[in-house]
Amino acid sequence: MALAEDNGGFISIAGGARVEDYFALLKPRVMSLVVFTAFIGLLLAPGGVNPVIGAIAILCIAIGAGGSGALNMWYDADIDAVMSRTLNRPIPSGRVARGEALALGLICSAFSVAILGLATNWLAAGLLAFTIFFYAVIYTMWLKRSTPQNIVIGGAAGAFPPMIGWAAVTGDVTLAPIVLFLIIFLWTPPHFWALALYKQGDYGAAGIPMLPNVKGEAATKLQILFYSVVLVAASFAPGYIGLSGWLYTAVAIATGLGFIYLALRLFVSRESTAMKKRARTLFTYSLSYLFGIFLALIVDRVGHLLGYV
Amino acid sequence: MALPPAKLSADEELKRRRRRNSIALALVLGFLALLFYALTIVKMGPAVFNRDL
Repeated sequence: MALAEDNGGFISIAGGARVEDYFALLKPRVMSLVVFTAFIGLLLAPGGVNPVIGAIAILCIAIGAGGSGALNMWYDADIDAVMSRTLNRPIPSGRVARGEALALGLICSAFSVAILGLATNWLAAGLLAFTIFFYAVIYTMWLKRSTPQNIVIGGAAGAFPPMIGWAAVTGDVTLAPIVLFLIIFLWTPPHFWALALYKQGDYGAAGIPMLPNVKGEAATKLQILFYSVVLVAASFAPGYIGLSGWLYTAVAIATGLGFIYLALRLFVSRESTAMKKRARTLFTYSLSYLFGIFLALIVDRVGHLLGYV
Repeated sequence: MALPPAKLSADEELKRRRRRNSIALALVLGFLALLFYALTIVKMGPAVFNRDL
């Protein structure tokens, strides 16, 4: 028998969710980027790791990220229901009950941390636990609704995966994984503020203090430009510290110049429609940029090992 | 000529979804068992057969 449940304003049918709905709670698109960056950290780390252990480590990092995503959806169901981008998520659309999302988030988080600790080491597991805590509690429950700097500080949660991947192999954290962390950390503000610029109506309706809603478009565009320049400068660091060679640096220069050009183009835009279009272009480009430079790190390393670079 | 498929009632649809969820959960548990098995073997290493009886 179908039972309708009232979960704090969200009507859902008990037991009526599909497998796909539970999977959607894990934010698979975010998970794919987390898997990719963690994999890069794992591959760049000195020394080897058993392929089975490596695969389990990546799986644990992915499931841990998914668990924190489910906890985020559990807590943010009220504001997700207001924004067009998140309206169709499993909880606001009534396909999954809030309690189910909380249970899934906690189970995924606990299992991923425990298995990562058993398979690799407890430093990596501790970093994963801290990442989940940082995203679910510090970012989702506290920063997101209270400060326009929410995604600057909260960006740390998304920046940890390569460090976890590295720690899973070596059991320590050195300058190189901190540099990888820094690149993603500095990439987050321009990425999210570009999104916030063309979705600011959504964030305003949900009462989230995103930078464009609080400080205005001009201040946001200036901050995007500032972070873009700092990000591109930081992206050269792997070359300086010997983590990569000229191939990576060449890719970082070329794609970094593109990033600054798009940020500058957004900065000088005046008319609203053109500004939103440019913000969207920068948002899309930023995804390819991060993918590109991390891929370049690996290609550079493989090329170096084979003697081509 | 094949008849058009009958429309599923809400209860039948619910049962179908629960069955799929149960199968998915069984697969996840089976995978976990395999994962722990593989992890144990890898952690023990080849020296597991190299011991006094």
